[in-house]
Amino acid sequence: MKKAIVLIRLKPSLMDAQGAVIKRALLQLGYNSVTDVRVGKLIELTLDSEDGSEVTAMVREMCERLLANPVTEEYEVLVENTD
Amino acid sequence: MRFGVVVFAGSNCDQDCYHVIRNVLGKPVKYVWHEDANLKDVDCLILPGGFSYGDYLRPGAIARFSKVMDAVTEFAERGGLVIGICNGFQILLEAGLLPGAMLRNRSLHFVCKFVHLKVETTDTPFTNLYRRGQIVRMPVAHGDGNYYCDEQTLKALEANGQIVFRYCDEHGNVTPMANPNGSLANIAGICNEQRNVLGMMPHPERCSEAILGSTDGLTLWQSIVKWLEGKG
Repeated sequence: MKKAIVLIRLKPSLMDAQGAVIKRALLQLGYNSVTDVRVGKLIELTLDSEDGSEVTAMVREMCERLLANPVTEEYEVLVENTD
Repeated sequence: MRFGVVVFAGSNCDQDCYHVIRNVLGKPVKYVWHEDANLKDVDCLILPGGFSYGDYLRPGAIARFSKVMDAVTEFAERGGLVIGICNGFQILLEAGLLPGAMLRNRSLHFVCKFVHLKVETTDTPFTNLYRRGQIVRMPVAHGDGNYYCDEQTLKALEANGQIVFRYCDEHGNVTPMANPNGSLANIAGICNEQRNVLGMMPHPERCSEAILGSTDGLTLWQSIVKWLEGKG
């Protein structure tokens, strides 16, 4: 079994309204060193396969087709063993 | 002439659209279930607003893979009229029938109010009875209406006259203040290059009767009828 972790981020060129609001709240709490906050998504998939490169290729295809929107988002796929 | 209203799991403006077409416009209309693939007897398809599949992942991302969407794509390619309203617009973007994508509203608020729109082009089957530059009032109700596309796509939209509606103030000024969601270039509605597919965030079906505060949406439905009658 493999676990795939998909990280989906808004493209760096896009204004992240959620990130901006969270940054303001953190500054209000006194975390003055915070210069930027970006919010993304994490999707965990468990796959019945032993082949890491096959899993990576398949999950990247899932990202292209469904999990991410290439117009606004970037994605990263990390694959690890479940045990 | 027959209209079809697609019903996805989580559509909630389907009955409003059906009501306006049947009882206000007085034209034949039927519901098309999202698992149907038969659009043979339909001339204009409406993808209504709502929260298909709970907006999970991204608005429209799951609905875009409904069985009916293959038929909708084929229907659009044959020149059939398709109008996506609100969630329907988001589905058309996710399906690639229109360029670009939606982001969360800049304010992060769900925006539910009447807005002013400028009709940027009357050269579509959906807007031929408006005047170019006409200012109309329609309601919006969405959390993800912040339209985005890359610079090249925006240039093409402008050059081809594909921007159909822009948010403006009551005097027709297209300003950041009049933009309810942060949408690029104040875009409220766009059509495809062939001009037979329209996506818009405002709800024309909610402003087609005087009792609802505006009849500016009715002109859109009447434009479609005029275009379909002229064609036949």
